[in-house]
Amino acid sequence: MSNEILEGEYFLSGDAAAAEGAVAAGCKVFAGYPITPSSEVAEKLARRLPQVGGVFIQMEDELGSIAAILGASWGGKKSMTATSGPGFSLMMENYGLGMMTETPTVIVNVQRGGPSTGLPTLLGQGEFMQAKFGSHGVFEAIALAPESPQECFDFTIKAFNLAEKYRQPVVVLMDESTGHLFEKVRIPPEDEIEIINRKKPKEVPYPPFMPDDDLIPPMPIVGEGHQIHATGLTHDEYGRPTITAEAQEKYVKRLVEKIRKHADEIMDYEEVMTDDADVIVVAYGITARSARRAIIQAREKGIKAGLIRLKVVWPFPDKILQKYADKKFVVAEVNQGQALIMVERAIRKSATFVGKMGGEPHRPEEILKGIEEAYNANS
Amino acid sequence: MPIHKAEHHPLDAYLRTERLPHVWCPGCGLGIALGAYLRALQNVGFDPQETVMVSGIGCSGRAAGYVKMDSFHTTHGRAIPFAVGLKAARPELNVTVFSGDGDLFSIGGNHILHAARRNVNITVLAINNYVYGMTGGQLAPTTPESSITTTSPYGNIESPFNIAGLMAVAGASYVARWTTVHERRLQKSIEKALTKRGFSIVEIMSPCPTTFGRRNNMRGIVDSMMYYKKYSVIKEHPNPLDGVIKPGEKFIVGEFMDAPDEPTFEDKLEELKNKEFLKTSQADRTTWILEHRRHLETLAKIIGGEQ
Amino acid sequence: MVTQTEIKKMLENGTSQVPHGEVYIVEERCKGCGLCIAFCPKHVLVQSDRINEKGYHPPELVEVPPTDICIGCGMCERICPDFAIFVKTDKDKEKKRD
Repeated sequence: MSNEILEGEYFLSGDAAAAEGAVAAGCKVFAGYPITPSSEVAEKLARRLPQVGGVFIQMEDELGSIAAILGASWGGKKSMTATSGPGFSLMMENYGLGMMTETPTVIVNVQRGGPSTGLPTLLGQGEFMQAKFGSHGVFEAIALAPESPQECFDFTIKAFNLAEKYRQPVVVLMDESTGHLFEKVRIPPEDEIEIINRKKPKEVPYPPFMPDDDLIPPMPIVGEGHQIHATGLTHDEYGRPTITAEAQEKYVKRLVEKIRKHADEIMDYEEVMTDDADVIVVAYGITARSARRAIIQAREKGIKAGLIRLKVVWPFPDKILQKYADKKFVVAEVNQGQALIMVERAIRKSATFVGKMGGEPHRPEEILKGIEEAYNANS
Repeated sequence: MPIHKAEHHPLDAYLRTERLPHVWCPGCGLGIALGAYLRALQNVGFDPQETVMVSGIGCSGRAAGYVKMDSFHTTHGRAIPFAVGLKAARPELNVTVFSGDGDLFSIGGNHILHAARRNVNITVLAINNYVYGMTGGQLAPTTPESSITTTSPYGNIESPFNIAGLMAVAGASYVARWTTVHERRLQKSIEKALTKRGFSIVEIMSPCPTTFGRRNNMRGIVDSMMYYKKYSVIKEHPNPLDGVIKPGEKFIVGEFMDAPDEPTFEDKLEELKNKEFLKTSQADRTTWILEHRRHLETLAKIIGGEQ
Repeated sequence: MVTQTEIKKMLENGTSQVPHGEVYIVEERCKGCGLCIAFCPKHVLVQSDRINEKGYHPPELVEVPPTDICIGCGMCERICPDFAIFVKTDKDKEKKRD
């Protein structure tokens, strides 16, 4: 039992739950570098992956870690790394290589306070934008933000599924508080867990970047006679470097469109008491837990408040926010206004912002104050 | 009198011929090095389907785009860790990293040290042309002292790496250096590197007439090649620490290190997956690990000239 | 290309023949670098006046001395960075060593 996929109820930290999620998703290669507060993900997988026939490598740095998981993915294995702010910054270049070469892999980023070394052991949510815009160039990111150890488990599996389905790196945007929080985690029986695997080409050799009608190319893997060529240069369907504006227009447009076209399927959010709400709070990760309390406190004070919790933060769910565009909005996050930009852009007006510099989660009262402010503001 | 015209070259079976002629300048040594690799591959009889080339960025990085096999043109400096991940996923593959001195020893310097230390079973063909050619001829970690590059216009004030010594000390199992003039020996050496179990590296001194030669008294293409003929000295079992390259002096080529076979990183990763290994006591695991440790103290003796 | 084993055999048997090589070129790949010309031990090649489709001067065979002096050593083939030139040996045209 302990040597295979776990099943049952366990008392796990978010980090450990993410590691178990990876095992359950079929991850067979982890390459990473220790960094607080994500090291527990690596530690757990160092023990667990060999038990399930996988490989754990502690690489020399984060640059090597992400390169190795891209290599492993082309070798046909599901792969993952886990890191935190400084390491996430180091990974940005090859995050882009993963986008450019359409390589499924998962990056768990347990966010801490920054900039720079910042608060290694304390909370931050400063990489909301970095997950989308951190690597140079044009691409559409997929990122998920769990609010509990249970979701760290569930969302890691989901991240693997999305990576495999859409053939690109997917970020699990955890945070220190969720990562270090211990709660009950239910690991369902194997047959209850939905696993999606990458599309396989129907012929050999298959051009590595030749898309189907859904804009997603089946993925040939190494050693099967496909004579794959993958490059970080702009390329054609065959992987041949093609350094022209026309090739860029065609290829990068498809990279963007393959996500935009499926954005509705990828988007995931939770609505709490939004039906009758006059004030909508938008939050994700650990902040959403404070917001849950804050909307109840607001209702106790007679303000009808609701919560839209972003489970998938990228692609950003413009549509759902627009549905409530006539309401008043509050955005709460542990930074100085990143999701805020996206919310205000979606609703085309200002929102009340309840930010923090980092180090600790919001107290519900802080968000409540924001709700009251929004409620009392002239509209 | 014209030469017979041909449609195909004997190595065409290994090349994406629709991509030729390649991007490399006239007289560039990269094509010679790539040819030596492909002939070596042919001779050792590796199945091209199970053979992978990974390269980084720079002129040498483009090699991966010309070989008719699974090939990856990764980011600057990251060819080695990409290859390490690929081997971890698929240990049965023959993986060669074909990249340049700047890619492998400057931006990627950390990775190559650790791949050698771990004895990852890959072959590295390190093309050393003294310079960053693709970007116009800037200083490299291998540029000889006093050489003129676009970023050392008054002459290079830095000391270059002794790649042979560096790799031997880091724990590489096979270390050799040849120039593109020694194409036959180079090919034999690559064959040895390909079949060597463990981390093997062949440093290939290769001319860049365009961005290095013409600024350093090797004005013609042939001059750049003749420099290697003139300044290289073949030595039997040279000491890796004698691999230093000094300007205007002869340098050693040959096999600096050909260590006895030792367990590779992949061998150990495989054992870790073994259910019996996981079930046994920690004392037994310790015994196994120590029995399969690398004997770097023996390598040190080889480096010390006692082989 | 004559292998080293073949050469050894010829020497042992006293049947040493001067091998005969025929030079071939995939002309559009040639960049006219001249390495094949410089490194040919028998000086069989010279630069031509012609230009190929990329604008380079490919090599050609010397007119005098006669063209059968190529011994098929394969140096031009291995030193060519462009996968352009190569040789084939022709057993029928081998000469007895003088």
